[in-house]
Amino acid sequence: MSDGWVIRNLRAVKGRAYPRIIGAKREPSWLFFEIVLPLFTVAAYAYVYQFMDARAELIGYVVLGGAMTAFWLNVLWAMAAQFYWEKEIGNLQLYMIAPISRMSILAGMALGGMFSTTVNAASTLVIGALIFNVAFHISSPFMLVAIFLATMVALYGMGMMFASLYMLFGREAHHLSNLMTDPVYLASGFFFPVKYLGAWVAAGASFIPITLGLDALRQMFFTGAAEDAFLSLEAELLILLGLCVVFLILAHYSLRYMEYLGKATGRLTLRWQ
Amino acid sequence: MAVMNDLRTMKNAAWLGWQMEANWADPFLFATYSVVKPISATLILVFMFMVVTGGDTDNAYFSYMFIGNALYMYVAEVLFGVTWVIHDDREHYMTLKQVYIAPINFYAYILGRSAIKIIITTAGVIITLTFGVLVLGVDIFLGDVDWLLLAVSAALGMGCICVLGLALGGITFLTARHSIGINEGVAGIFYVMSGIIFPITALPTWAQSISKVLPVTYWMDSMRRALMPDAMAELSSAAALDITGLGGFSNLYIMIYLAISAAIFFVLSLAVFRFADGVARRKGKIDWTTSY
Repeated sequence: MSDGWVIRNLRAVKGRAYPRIIGAKREPSWLFFEIVLPLFTVAAYAYVYQFMDARAELIGYVVLGGAMTAFWLNVLWAMAAQFYWEKEIGNLQLYMIAPISRMSILAGMALGGMFSTTVNAASTLVIGALIFNVAFHISSPFMLVAIFLATMVALYGMGMMFASLYMLFGREAHHLSNLMTDPVYLASGFFFPVKYLGAWVAAGASFIPITLGLDALRQMFFTGAAEDAFLSLEAELLILLGLCVVFLILAHYSLRYMEYLGKATGRLTLRWQ
Repeated sequence: MAVMNDLRTMKNAAWLGWQMEANWADPFLFATYSVVKPISATLILVFMFMVVTGGDTDNAYFSYMFIGNALYMYVAEVLFGVTWVIHDDREHYMTLKQVYIAPINFYAYILGRSAIKIIITTAGVIITLTFGVLVLGVDIFLGDVDWLLLAVSAALGMGCICVLGLALGGITFLTARHSIGINEGVAGIFYVMSGIIFPITALPTWAQSISKVLPVTYWMDSMRRALMPDAMAELSSAAALDITGLGGFSNLYIMIYLAISAAIFFVLSLAVFRFADGVARRKGKIDWTTSY
């Protein structure tokens, strides 16, 4: 692995992250939609809890979960499905012949996507909290940053692994992303504590990094969240770190295998399937 | 003759729509996809409810919420479906220009493509409601259903949603990167404001005034009155409070309101569609692609 190879790949990361970050500025109206649209779901679910006289933390969970949907949608549509869109518009073959690792392109997408999505999610969180009077108590800022970063790396690592599968997909890419929206909101407990799904289901859902990430964030943001916790904070951080390693390794091998398969079956440049 | 041509266009457009919706997977996988998606969306609300009540679903409000969420699939899918026809044909398959210049009625083509969306959504709604009745004890008893009210309400409501979709479809001619956001925004407003999963009385007073103008509010209420008349009567008169916010309106009033709304929306939607169509022609946007 020469210095030249490393620099080339770092430039690829920067080059692919650039349009993601700058793109938000070029189309400011998207920013509006990306912040406002999750608020509709947040408002509807918060009113359901309010109507039922639920405890205040549950409304806070809805606001936090609503903000975190931005990351899951970004991973699904702008990471996993991205190679499908690139294939449709004819960019994928350019990535394939470029003398860089596919992981660098995906890492660039992840960094750029993470930046703009964090801005959107934070805005949704703040607006939602203001509308529904949600009070956040941050007990340990260091732990909060550690959990958030571990969740993001594991989540986007998972997105990279999915990207390899989507590389070969036709129209099923769109349907698969659609399919993985609501079921994951359910399994990962975006709008209610995941522990209420039962220990086995919650343990299974923990393979999706955002499940444990959300559970840990709730414990750090809300004082009464301990009774709703699935696992302890330390255990969740440890598992998330493990998922970071597992997903990045799996993504590496999966990308290599799917690229080979795509070349062998001639599907890398096949469009309008 | 013209009617026969339009019917043939609708039939072929529906067939094309079905192929596009379903032939990306084998029938078993497609059936699984069609069942898992709506049921999991509904289960989110079921678990939210159970977290608060400790698992008790024997409650009129539970049925209210469950049925509202199931029927909302029509609002989301049909609105989205109509506009997606234009976006998908233009941006992804790049066939809109060929369809547009073909000697067919373009409205018939769009309606045909949308009809298949309505049929697929109906399957999802029926599966979700059946699951609710059999597994969760949702208060629908076939003997108590007001079938006449259900049929009239379904026809009027669906008409309203379809013509609204047509207006949004017209706007899609002019916007490439915003049609999805506009659609989801309109559907989101209905989700919050139309008493879909909670009664409109939970909203602030100013928002309730908006709710009482939206036809979807009346559609939801009339469909619930038809499907679960006893539970709705209980909610409308609980402790002398009108929880639903529409308890003072008779079924006839609601039907007339829906019919007038559908007629107004129909005229407005045609006007919007024709205006957008004209602008799109002048500006060369019919075969416009933006890689989005």
